[in-house]
Amino acid sequence: MSAKDRSKEGSMKAITANRLRDGEVVFLGKDGVWVESFAEAALFQRAEADGVLAAAKEKAEREQFGVDIYAFEVVEQDGVPVPATMRERIRTAGPSVRTDLGKQAA
Amino acid sequence: MNHIAPGARAGIYHYDEIDRQFVAERVEQFRKQVERRLSGELTEEEFKPVRLMNGLYLQLHAYMLRIAVPYGVMSATQLRKLAAIGRKYDRGYGHFTTRQNLQYNWIKLEDTPAILHELAEVDMHALQTSGNCVRNVTTDPFVGAAKDEVVDGRVYAEILRQWTTMHPEFTYLPRKFKIAISGAESDRAAVRIHDVGLLARRNDKGEAGFSFYVGGGLGRSPFVGKLVREWVAEEDFVAYLEAILRVYNQYGRRDNIYKARIKILVHELGLEKFTQEVEEEFARLRGPKYRLDPEIVEGVRQHFAPPPFEELPDHSEALERAKAADPAFANWLAVNVSEHKAPGYAIATVSLKPAGGIPGDATCDQMDLVADLAERHSFGELRVTHVQNLVLAHVKKDELYDLWKRLDEAGLGSANAGLIGDIIACPGLDYCALANARAIPLAQAISARFADPIRQRTIGELGIKISGCINACGHHHVGAIGILGVDKKGTEYYQITVGGDPTLTTAIGDILGPAVTETEAVDAIEAIVDVYLANRAGEGERFVDTLKRVGHAPFKERIYAAD
Repeated sequence: MSAKDRSKEGSMKAITANRLRDGEVVFLGKDGVWVESFAEAALFQRAEADGVLAAAKEKAEREQFGVDIYAFEVVEQDGVPVPATMRERIRTAGPSVRTDLGKQAA
Repeated sequence: MNHIAPGARAGIYHYDEIDRQFVAERVEQFRKQVERRLSGELTEEEFKPVRLMNGLYLQLHAYMLRIAVPYGVMSATQLRKLAAIGRKYDRGYGHFTTRQNLQYNWIKLEDTPAILHELAEVDMHALQTSGNCVRNVTTDPFVGAAKDEVVDGRVYAEILRQWTTMHPEFTYLPRKFKIAISGAESDRAAVRIHDVGLLARRNDKGEAGFSFYVGGGLGRSPFVGKLVREWVAEEDFVAYLEAILRVYNQYGRRDNIYKARIKILVHELGLEKFTQEVEEEFARLRGPKYRLDPEIVEGVRQHFAPPPFEELPDHSEALERAKAADPAFANWLAVNVSEHKAPGYAIATVSLKPAGGIPGDATCDQMDLVADLAERHSFGELRVTHVQNLVLAHVKKDELYDLWKRLDEAGLGSANAGLIGDIIACPGLDYCALANARAIPLAQAISARFADPIRQRTIGELGIKISGCINACGHHHVGAIGILGVDKKGTEYYQITVGGDPTLTTAIGDILGPAVTETEAVDAIEAIVDVYLANRAGEGERFVDTLKRVGHAPFKERIYAAD
């Protein structure tokens, strides 16, 4: 398990990467399609996440699509799934100090 | 390639055809490497070291490209090019770093060859800004202008740039290697926190030579550089440095990234044994091949000939009138302007630390403005400082008021150089893939809390430095007040150190107590300042001196009393 994968037993996970050609943060969505918005990310039970991650890594490398692929923990907040850590919240939104930049600006 | 020569500016090293050809070849080489990566011919594992050798990192939101500003000196033309690239390929701004470089945070891999091509048009590149090589050699941002300068550090920094670029001995070092040179009585380059810190001096005969400090560094294990040799003659300059790097290459810990810096080698071998190894290697190397020919030095020195200063009286009536009429300008003058060696001229520090702003960030419009002002007021050149500000080094005193008004209109007129608002902060968790906590929001909150320029002057010299992780890119160990961001079970906490010092009296700060939350941190800093002001022996006593005199107890008591 990578150092970034700080998941806990029972938590949900999402899978993320940076797109190779431009570095854009992407998430594995439904049907194995990479999406740019965390809201469209697929969530996986811990038991299945490792297998999905391994397959996604292999496919992304083979297709030269993504780099730095890993799973991260997701928790529910007010009924909405959100990344558990500040790091992943910043990746899914953009810099907290420049709300005019990143996905949050779209 | 459409080469746009930086022009015959004062203090700018002019590339020759060999330099240009080399940079152009590297651009084309990297273009092909990027194509091979995008086509799948290279795996990420194969490509990563290649991109790092070209200054390209992968960060949280995108790729980050770090551009070299050799020894922090560049022309107005080069700064305009950085602004143009920021607009065209990034998000309209750049971030000046503690290595006197500039980095863009939103770069696309597929654009990188084009960016490097555009940089090469103005003799710029991203070489030696990443990877296990000799990084951009830094020096005094007041070089060539400071009244207390003894030796021009640019000359030797440029010699090292030429010596180290593509040198096979230095291409695969155990770890990155940072060198700083200071040639003035005051150390404005933080030399003793570098892998090699060089103090350039002159002997009784007026000859230049160097004191070599080795094994300084911050990060996980902070060390102050140790004096390995008091005097190395100019002709032995590169030989002695190469001897150090050879010993490092031979004994450096390649087996453990956390123990791979030369500071650990010096620590583990001990100063005596390390010095002995270096001296033996130096004795083997010393000879015609490694002798630094005075003609070469002179040739490089010619590039840094003083600009055509006018003969001016040192006293400026225009300046005195403006000072009397405009208190805000008078304050900036007192804080951000330093003595120049030429009568009638002054050195102006352009603060990139507006109250509540992001330390080191400049918009492309601001870069263009500073480039214009450098052309109008400072012979077309400027410097980047290791505390993330800019410097216009040769401004006529008569023109300082005009300069400041233009800067102030653009949000660049803050009067806080060296004061509590002049905070170093790494990009932290807002951008950096290695960070554990955010650094910028805390810097913003502290600078907003101490926004009043008069209050800042009352507090006096007090450097706050903030890092978002133990790698210490924000130099927190040597902050008079240092702040280290840590992650505790998903929550950002901040560990406060006090008593650090980046100058010749280099010191690593001591941890004051348990880490605090972000909100508590701002209050804690204010409490530390209050205790200092209540205890200092007169206005002239700096924070670090009061701390030495009264100890940590009153500060701890104030911050942690309620615990």
